[in-house]
Amino acid sequence: MWQLIVGELNYAMQEFVRSFARFLPRLLAMLIIALLGWLVAYILKIILRGILRIAKFDRLADNAGTTQLLSNLALPTSSELLSRVLFWLVWLGFILLGVQVLGIVGLQEHISRFFLYLPRFFVALFIVFFGLVAASFFSRATLLAAVNADFPSPRLLATSVRTVIIIFAVSMAFEQLGLGERTIIVAFAIAFGALMLGLALAFGLGGRDLAKQFLESRFTKERQEQKQDELSPL
Amino acid sequence: MSVGEVDVLVGVPTYNNAKTIGQTVQAIRVGLLKYFPRERAVIVNADGGSKDTTREVVAAASINDLQRSSDLYSLRTLPCISTVYANSPATEVALRTTLAAAELLRAKACAIVSPESTNIAPDWIEHLLRPVYRDDFDLITPVYRRHKFDGLLLRNLIYPMTRALYAKRIREPYAVEFAFSGRFCSHLLEMQIWDQEAGGIGTEMRMSVTAIAGGFRLYQSFLGTKPHLDRTSADLVTAMRQTVGTLFWSLEPNFQYWSAKHETEAVPTSGSECDLSVEPIRVNRKRLYELFRSGVAELEPVLKSILSAQTLADVQTIAKLPEDNFKYPHELWVKTAYEFAASYYKSVISRDHIIQALAPLYRGKVFTFLMENRDASANDVEANVEALCVTFERLKPYLLDLWNARE
Repeated sequence: MWQLIVGELNYAMQEFVRSFARFLPRLLAMLIIALLGWLVAYILKIILRGILRIAKFDRLADNAGTTQLLSNLALPTSSELLSRVLFWLVWLGFILLGVQVLGIVGLQEHISRFFLYLPRFFVALFIVFFGLVAASFFSRATLLAAVNADFPSPRLLATSVRTVIIIFAVSMAFEQLGLGERTIIVAFAIAFGALMLGLALAFGLGGRDLAKQFLESRFTKERQEQKQDELSPL
Repeated sequence: MSVGEVDVLVGVPTYNNAKTIGQTVQAIRVGLLKYFPRERAVIVNADGGSKDTTREVVAAASINDLQRSSDLYSLRTLPCISTVYANSPATEVALRTTLAAAELLRAKACAIVSPESTNIAPDWIEHLLRPVYRDDFDLITPVYRRHKFDGLLLRNLIYPMTRALYAKRIREPYAVEFAFSGRFCSHLLEMQIWDQEAGGIGTEMRMSVTAIAGGFRLYQSFLGTKPHLDRTSADLVTAMRQTVGTLFWSLEPNFQYWSAKHETEAVPTSGSECDLSVEPIRVNRKRLYELFRSGVAELEPVLKSILSAQTLADVQTIAKLPEDNFKYPHELWVKTAYEFAASYYKSVISRDHIIQALAPLYRGKVFTFLMENRDASANDVEANVEALCVTFERLKPYLLDLWNARE
């Protein structure tokens, strides 16, 4: 009986050693891939950071308002953040490749999904960034036009334009990521509709007299007199 | 109609000018017959697809009508060609069409006349064309009799800044009436200035700058009272795009030229170089003051990206002054203008937004100008403008420092 137990233990031990011996090269291969991945990711990070600096990407991000947003969240500058994101994505990709070499059953499907998801992630990032750029540009254009046309509350107008564009861009990005597609679209539609309805009610009912005064002052005598008093700049 | 070669050409760009064009064309005809009777002349009307009867009026203003109404006789025929260059008006296309016609007809001297110049006199044609035709000058810009509060953008920014940077004292670098030589015409057509970033607006301003930077011979002619029918320039932002935008834009390609120029030179001028009328007119000063104050307050985030911290702080300080004590000093205004020019060059934000952001600050400067010159004589006004010009010249190194500074 005792010999049988020892025999089984010996057999198990030998199996473990054999399995480990078979597994060790794979583990080493994974570690080498991960190390190589770190090196590639680091080089790519340096290259991207350099390209973004040459392209004055941070200035674009400043104009888009992303720098301020990132600063409020205690995050680094846009170019640094993008470089780090690239570094981690590339390294993570290599690590997953390495894990695939280990041959763990069921993991391969998840790894494939991860790689299939990456393009959508980048597209979403792209949408958000250019959404912020567009929001900044159009809100500034609105602000300048409103100030030069002597419209009341120009900053409120500009902020409204900015908010609507950002909400639109973020909802598009979430849709791209496939996160709560329907919920976000419905939420956006409800929020936007509510905003418009609220404004319509506010102007139509609450501010009827004010709106009347405003329109009269803008488009009738007073406005014309103001125009007549203006000097020709050229 | 076959015209062959001509000696002088007068271009009239039009778009829905039926009310004024007849009078303008008649004045041009009288001018050509009276002052250039022996020369081969042609009038070219480049029309932007007028919806009214502009083209018919031009065609109807025939030589026979003129001969009946005056004692002028032509030794040659005086053709008047009308062409539609597009279905919508575009100043630069109209000008290019006229330049192309001038080159094709080998015109020695060409003049451009605004169709809205209702007070044009026949001698304007002589004053514009003679210096080119007889004295070999290349670009003739006008000098007008103006009210002391008219053309304030020119007097408070365009003239002083052009004078300080390009070192030529051209009173009206942006003119709707001007003349040029065939040589300068060919140079302009070769320059391809039409397709550049600032293309589409301010072509007249670019012509002046091109002539200065190209070393062409400049001349100024006193014409008379400036007409007030230029609708496009009535809008401040549009006027600023046409003039300030073009001036800022021109600084980059001409950096080598203007950065090396230090002493300003006078431009030969016939007639008075500055003729101001001072009769009282109604001006809404309070509105200018309020627009300046609200502009400075509302545009703070935009101005932060254009102006230096010190200049912005100074502008915000004067924006707090009460109306009676308000003053936008020359030095602060010049620094403001130069910082805007440098920011335009570096494209810190959209270039068009930079020009738009200058409009409220300009209103503050205009308010100061109106207050300072409320009871001023023509000489006092001229002295004030001269002081501003000198400040622009003195602070030119400040712009060079900004220009050469990295980020």
